[in-house]
Amino acid sequence: MPENVKERYNWPVTILLILGLITVLFPLYMTIVIAFKQPSEMTNSIQGILSLPAHWSLENFRQAMEVTDFWHSLGNSFLITAVTMVLTILIHSVAGYAVGRMKDSNKFFNLAYYYITSGMFVPFAILMMPLVKQTAQMHIDNLVGVILCYLVFYMPMNVMLYSGYLKNIPVALEEAARVDGASTWTTFWQVIFPLMKPMHATVAVLTALGTWNDVMTPLVIMSGGGMNTLPLAQLTFQTQFGTNYNLAFASYLLALLPILIFYLFAQKQIINGVVNGAVK
Amino acid sequence: MGDKRQRTYYLMLIPILILFFCFNTLPLLRGFFYSFTNFRGFGGYDMVGLRNYIDLFQDARVGNSYLFTFKLALVSTLAVNVISLAMALALNSKIKFKSALRGLYFIPNILGSLVVGYIFNYFFTYIVPFLTNTTSILADAKWAWVAIVIVCAWQSIAMNTIIYISGLQTVPEDVYEAGSLDGATGWNQFRYLTFPLIMPFFTINMVLCMKNFMMVFDQIMALTNGGPAQSTESISFLIYNNGMAGGQFGFQSANAVIFFILIVTISVLQTRFLSSREEQL
Repeated sequence: MPENVKERYNWPVTILLILGLITVLFPLYMTIVIAFKQPSEMTNSIQGILSLPAHWSLENFRQAMEVTDFWHSLGNSFLITAVTMVLTILIHSVAGYAVGRMKDSNKFFNLAYYYITSGMFVPFAILMMPLVKQTAQMHIDNLVGVILCYLVFYMPMNVMLYSGYLKNIPVALEEAARVDGASTWTTFWQVIFPLMKPMHATVAVLTALGTWNDVMTPLVIMSGGGMNTLPLAQLTFQTQFGTNYNLAFASYLLALLPILIFYLFAQKQIINGVVNGAVK
Repeated sequence: MGDKRQRTYYLMLIPILILFFCFNTLPLLRGFFYSFTNFRGFGGYDMVGLRNYIDLFQDARVGNSYLFTFKLALVSTLAVNVISLAMALALNSKIKFKSALRGLYFIPNILGSLVVGYIFNYFFTYIVPFLTNTTSILADAKWAWVAIVIVCAWQSIAMNTIIYISGLQTVPEDVYEAGSLDGATGWNQFRYLTFPLIMPFFTINMVLCMKNFMMVFDQIMALTNGGPAQSTESISFLIYNNGMAGGQFGFQSANAVIFFILIVTISVLQTRFLSSREEQL
């Protein structure tokens, strides 16, 4: 019996896929070895660049952290991502619920649904310049402005996801709660919100990946404020690294590490979230 | 009772609508307004009517950025979808280490595209020339766009493959069994059975790819900064570069309006196509 199972594997395809992994892993390998090396080890040859470092020293990372003000950038990135994620789930689920329950019977909500979801077609490029002016005038050209922007940018997709998911939740459940005297708000928080859990996971993953890796929004909104996010720090300090690629790569690796660690632990949730967001 | 309940729904939605208006519709309207001015981003400005739009169609740099962006989006979308389909078929077949392989192939999608761009910048500047004994592709105005396609594809293939896999999983096994009785195996099986059945996923991927690549920005920043000789300036990059720092706030606002109309047109056409497909199924 075990032999039978073994034979059923398609080994040529398996081997091809394993060989193909080199396209994914080589850039990561390159990043790691360069990040650990000293400039003197990078002799003018491919071996010099790609061989393993002579000493595994953390010195490059220490310096890169200093130059990019790593902990501050990391903190800002964390703060933006976490606050955006929480507010997104709270606010967009409410919007998705109100719109989803009312849009078939009420013209206003139907219109609101199309108004919000049509925001998906608005490219950031057209909002960018006016938003810079607007956030500066409102004195929120900082983390607050960036978070508010994200709340609005992700609203079209999330409202669509939430109101679509609502179709799976029978109205009878709400009515049972109402008969017991619960208000619409209470019904939402106690009955509907917990039932939306699978959609919360999808929204959380999509929002977190999007905000964590985004460059353009913080770049234009917070420019000149002395505030950095993790990706932005790579951009801002690009010139300061000069030709010291070892320092630069140490910094890149530090920037990639948090999301890689997160992926290691939540791989399934991340993949499911991304697929649900695209397919639904 | 019903009235009160309805009021609650209004109370839920209206603050959110106001927020959406302030950070989406209002800047959009202001963008339209600035496109009719000669605003430089600071100081005063005058209304100039349609002059920005007339200039826009005569501006070679703007024209080139549209050509470049279209070329990049089309080639990347096609390349990504062909490779992703093949990858999905492979990763969905009876292979060993299936979940580990899927997990590893998905990694590029979670990484930030700016940092990925910087890593590939080094790869194209130092590693590739060593191997091929040529100068860097990034310094070649004729071929730098290919490097950008490669980097865009490297990240998007992961995402599109996963979507195709979830499409392949919706095809029941007995369809293949019935097909093989009629002689549908190998390429014929794919051509006449699998592909038509995962058509909705193909459309989703085309829409996603096209839209994302039309708005390409990070990769340009990290790889070429629009160069060499302005050969790789995407529309978003040009609007950012010349509008924010180059004193062309009004002019680039007009460019952004045209870009917006273009994106809406593409999206509406693709969504129409998508919904007509779904009705057939």
